[in-house]
Amino acid sequence: MAPTPTRRATLAGIRAVVPILPGVVPFALIAGFAGVEAGVSRIQAVAMSLIVFAGAAQIAALDLIGSDAAIVVVVATALIINARFVMYSASLAPHVAGSPLRARGLAAYLLTDQIYAVSIIRFGETREPVRERLAFYLGGGATLWVTWQAGTVVGALGGGAVPESWSLDFAIPLVFIALLVPALRSRHDHVAAVVGGVVAVAAGGLRFNSGLLLAAAAGIVAGYVAAGR
Amino acid sequence: MTSLDAAAVWGIFAAVGAGTFLLRLSFLGALGRESSIRPGLARALGLVPAAVLAALVAPAVAGRGTEVDLVTARFTAATLAGLVAWRTRNVPLTLVVGMVVLWVLSALG
Repeated sequence: MAPTPTRRATLAGIRAVVPILPGVVPFALIAGFAGVEAGVSRIQAVAMSLIVFAGAAQIAALDLIGSDAAIVVVVATALIINARFVMYSASLAPHVAGSPLRARGLAAYLLTDQIYAVSIIRFGETREPVRERLAFYLGGGATLWVTWQAGTVVGALGGGAVPESWSLDFAIPLVFIALLVPALRSRHDHVAAVVGGVVAVAAGGLRFNSGLLLAAAAGIVAGYVAAGR
Repeated sequence: MTSLDAAAVWGIFAAVGAGTFLLRLSFLGALGRESSIRPGLARALGLVPAAVLAALVAPAVAGRGTEVDLVTARFTAATLAGLVAWRTRNVPLTLVVGMVVLWVLSALG
């Protein structure tokens, strides 16, 4: 029996994300480990991945929780990191317009940098019906989701077994470096990063880690002004 | 280790989870209308990852406030990891190089 077009699109979505998985697994392990490091329970560390499902925001929030930042700073930082999803959401919406709200809601829950990147390339190259586009997206998105959940469980369970002397806490800034470097595309990105970094260091002594929000805002404004010229 | 109690942590996760879902749903959930994002907003959102990630990395590797110190194993390891990330875009390799450099320098120092 020949596979239906929808089924074929689902499989194509799965195949499209497989090459990305080796880059996702270390993030997931560290997101699980960051929960242990912050001192939240293993159940909470695992539940966070189900509830939030966004790596950089999860790791940043746990890092801040561990250093006793103010609750409002933790939530605001995570949401600022995830504000980029609005951009992806706007970019994807025309490609899945007309599909049921439930399907678009599921697509929203599964929206990540990775599935956005592979889907927007596919949607630009092919003229397939909305049903098949959605199947491609959900196939890839679900594969990333399963990988992420499994990785954080392993990280949360195994993280406590790693001796303190291994300094595995350093993997958290390393993960952010691995995310930061590809985010530096234009000159304005560089301006935003330099200003954000310098202000974060200078304002690092402020209470409840509030310097982080100040630094992010300063970086965005500086990059915005640089881009406007 | 956090001094927040379990309920506060659940509250944070619920707020971040709900807020993140709404950000993701923003345009996907719109009722079939033509979706467009204002150019100014798109420009600002495009700068967010660079600004926030740099703000997270810099104090963690360079110290903060009056305790800035660039002559540390962590700063050297982070710099080399950054070079690897830039040249290879390889996440596992970036992590391995950063950790190994830190271990070697700590063992020597």
